[in-house]
Parts: sequence; C-alpha cells; structure tokens
Amino acid sequence: MSKVILKLENDISTDDIYPGRFMATVLPMETPQFAFFDRTDFNTKLKAGTFPPGSIIVGGENFGCGSSREQACSTLKGHEVAVVAKSISRIFLQNSINLGLQVVICPGIEASEGDELEITADQVLNRTTGKSFDQVKLPAARKGIMDAGGLIPYTRARLMAKT
Amino acid sequence: MGMTVVEKILARASGLSSVQAGDVVEPKVDLAMSHENAALVINQFQEVFQGTGLEPKVWDPSRIAIVFDHRVPAESPKTATNQKKIREFVTANGITKFHDIRGDVGGICHQILPEYGYVRPGFVVVGTDSHTTSHGALGAFSFGMGATEMASAWAMGIAVNIEVPATIRVVVKGEFPPFVGPKDLILYLIGQLTAQGANFKVLEFHGETIRKMSTSGRLAICNMSVEAGATSGIVPGDEETVRYLGEQTGATEAISCVSPDADAQYVRTVEIDVSTLDPQIACPHTVDNVKPIDQVLGTKVHQIVIGSCTNGRLDDLADAAAILRGKKVAQGTRMLVFPASSKVFGQALDKGYIHDLMKAGAVVMNSGCGPCLGVHEGALGDNETALSTTNRNFKGRMGNPTGFVYLCSPVVAAASAITGVITDPRKG
Repeated sequence: MSKVILKLENDISTDDIYPGRFMATVLPMETPQFAFFDRTDFNTKLKAGTFPPGSIIVGGENFGCGSSREQACSTLKGHEVAVVAKSISRIFLQNSINLGLQVVICPGIEASEGDELEITADQVLNRTTGKSFDQVKLPAARKGIMDAGGLIPYTRARLMAKT
Repeated sequence: MGMTVVEKILARASGLSSVQAGDVVEPKVDLAMSHENAALVINQFQEVFQGTGLEPKVWDPSRIAIVFDHRVPAESPKTATNQKKIREFVTANGITKFHDIRGDVGGICHQILPEYGYVRPGFVVVGTDSHTTSHGALGAFSFGMGATEMASAWAMGIAVNIEVPATIRVVVKGEFPPFVGPKDLILYLIGQLTAQGANFKVLEFHGETIRKMSTSGRLAICNMSVEAGATSGIVPGDEETVRYLGEQTGATEAISCVSPDADAQYVRTVEIDVSTLDPQIACPHTVDNVKPIDQVLGTKVHQIVIGSCTNGRLDDLADAAAILRGKKVAQGTRMLVFPASSKVFGQALDKGYIHDLMKAGAVVMNSGCGPCLGVHEGALGDNETALSTTNRNFKGRMGNPTGFVYLCSPVVAAASAITGVITDPRKG
C-alpha cells in the first residue's frame, strides 16, 4: 500500500514535470533534482526524501502531454514514485515503459492526496475510501520490454541474439 | 481490406503485404533525427552496447540526421559541452546529415529535414522531438520518440514493437478568407478534437483546401497534429509534394507518392469548411483552449514571437513584413523574430522582409527554437503575456511559470505588434 503524494489535474505537460530550462541536464542520475521544479513545495519534499519508494502521483487525463523529453520520466523514476492517471500521452507512456517507470492507466481513478492506494494486477484499490477502479492494460506489444526491465536491456539482448 | 497511408507505409517498411490498425510491426527506419538531446541518445546508445563485446556502431550513418536548434548558440557551458560531445560522435560515426550552429546550413530540425530533401513520401521518419509529426507534410509516416527508443533505433535500424495506429480522416474544404490560413485551421481542429482527442492515432488530411495548400502550410498543420495527441499528421504525397522536392531541394529522381485505398478503414472522419473560419487563438494554458479572435481582442501583449518550426518560414515572414512595413511595434511591447532556418533567414534578407521587420522595431534573432521552449532567449517576466506563432502554451513554456502564452498565426501576431494588444488583422 502506498500514499498519494500529489493529486493533479488534466493535461499535465512534460514542461510541468521537467521544465524546458533544465533540458541541458540529460543523465538519469542528474535529472531527479528538477522534478516538478516549479511546484516548489513538492520539489523540496521530493528532494528531501520525504516520500518512501512506491509513493503515488495521481494524474487526470492526458498525463505527460507535450515534449518527447525523456527527462520527464527519468526524473520521476529517480524518486521511485509511481504514476496512476486517467489517461497517458503516447510518448510519455512509451518512455515510461522504456525506462521502467511504473505507470498505471486507470480511467475511473478517484483519489485525494493522503489516500492509501494498492495497485494490483488489474485494479487500483483506494483503501481510504474503499472504492476500486479497473486498470487499462498497457499495450501487450510492450510486454517484452517490460519483462526485460526496460528498452536498454531489451535491445542489448536482441543485439546479442543476432550475433 | 483497404489500407490508410500509414498502414501502407508500415506494411512496406516491415516487409509485409498488408497491416491494419492494432497490428504490431517493426518497421525499418528511413531517417532518424535528433537535436541537442542526441547527448542523451549517445549515452543510452553506449549503454546498450555495454558488456556485449560488440562495437558500438550506428546501423547506418547516412540515415541519421542531427540538427542543433534547441539552444543555439549555447546558453551555458553544459549545453556547449553536450554539443561538443555530439560533434565528436558525429565525426567518429561518419554522420553526414549534421547541421551545426551555422549561418549557412543551420536551422530548426523540422525545417532542415524538408529543406535539404532528407524526407521522401512513404518514408518512416523518427525523431527525438514530439514535433517530428511535421514531416507527414511530405507524405511520410513521421513520429516522435524518447532518447532511449532512438538509441535502440540507432543500434538496430528499426522501431521496435510499433503498434499500427488507427487513423482519423480530416477532410478540409473551402477557400481561406483573407488573413486566415493553415495555422487557424490546425488550431480550430485541435480545439474540436481536444488535446488528447487523437492520442495514439494518425490525422490523415484530405480535401480541396489541403490539395491547394503549400508544403509550408502543410508543415504547420502536421507540426501541430501532436497537440491533439496524434502520433503523426500526414498529407498523402501529391503534385505539390513532387513540386516542392524538385524546386526546393533539387530532387531529380522520380518521386512516388503513397495514397490511401478507397476502402481504407478510419476510426472517424472530421469535416471542416474553412470558408467561414475566423482567426483562431489558443489561450493559456492548453493548446486546445481555442477561441475565435473576437473573444480575446484587446488582451495586452508584452512579447510577440514570430518564428519556430510551426510558423517561421519564408511565407510567414512575408505575411508579417507586409503588415509591419512602414509601421512601428507598440511601445511597451517587444517583438522577436526567429526564422526557421539560415536559408529562410537569407531569403528573407534578400526580399527585404528582415529590413521591414527591423525597421518596425522587431529584434531578429538567429534561427533556432528560441523562446518557444523557454531555455534561453526571450523569457517572459512575471505575469507577462506573450502572443506567439509557436506551437505550445503550457504553463512555464516560455521560461516563466507565471507567464501567459497565446498562440496565433503570423498575421495576427504582426497586427497585434502594432497595437500592443490582440488585434484582428482583418480590421487593421
């Protein structure tokens, strides 16, 4: 079970998650400091290690819209948070799968900051309100990448298999 | 069953006789584009090869394009060092389609690729930039991806595990009224579809208005297709595509275009008549918050921006110069112009547009992404408002989370520069 540490509205852009002015910082080990940088209080708490691994950010529709910048995923992955959103923009979803950031598409999700959620194989259970919500499965085509632990090990294995 | 344009392209590139929406394919990549974020691609690429004993070589250096545009010239030592590393990688790997920070062959990636004839109808184009959708303007299936996915493409020459997207057919008819054009059309369409209305889907553009539209206009509408969430926008290649590639890029070979089958399957058809369309404005802070100009007239503007991969082309600068010639940018308003490429800049110089714009008070900057992504030039002050021909108005987009960004066409931006408030160019 994990706590909802941030509840967001629809159309959260990658500019919000990782502002463009930090795009010169690219390495996954360096990006976490800029997560939601302009949400100053939240950024400060993230950096202070306030939230245990697995803590959940709840988004609305079209989470991660906009730029293809992968920093928007690596910055969240670095804090070991999970994202549960009503829907997720294509490139952000793909980047999350490629980097192994836990993302859950849950069209009916109802949760407030502080609620305790449990993510099961096909549902999200809100233990605070007692309600449960169905997940939309991630594209089956991507299972190989997820099973390999991300696109880098997946590609590496395919290159090795070719030789 | 008949196929859409993208289905046909993906079938060909995947070595299959036919595919349909939902199939999983691994198309060969015809062109792979990156900009400064190649720094991250290189990092991920090298990581792929770690421990394999294999030499980290790209699959085909002639099919990789790298264009510096996001932060040119570098705004920081960090960016300059990233650019330096990329230059070294380009040289080591023999990548020829490289556009450094230059006043002759430099520019924004989404102008450079068409301008140098790197894209052909039927190509599979991938790019580490969400506006890679632009190149659908030339009848290619062109989509954005992250840096790690690009690293995988550089290593294997394919896009791995691509789900064939469903297609929305957009049929556009009617003649644009004066001072209304492709930018207004795409803003209107995004307003109708919403910011996620085309998520995981392709927008395939048809109709007499599209057939008559220049490649420049088609680039603008395909560029912004991603703002409705689309994987790609695409205008099936036609006479205009062949004309553009021949006249503008010097292509000499026979160009074959890909058209959809008459019985292709679409998830939806959207019809638009532009003959009664008003100038459209996307209001803060989402691109689908689109209103006809009447509803925002008189809004005070501190910064006007004309440029970007959406609207920084020669015809855009011509339209702006025609309005500003002999006029002055209002006191209290600053106007920044970013031509889409060095070539466009040079042409605009030769034709006198740059002179007209500067004499009116505009600051003409070097070609690049400039203030569109809020990295270095042209940040907004606290609570300031920008009116811009760029493609995004998200909170913080122009470098300041307290700023407000409205999106419009070049003629609306130019007319508003004179008054300092959002102004209808039809009433100027």
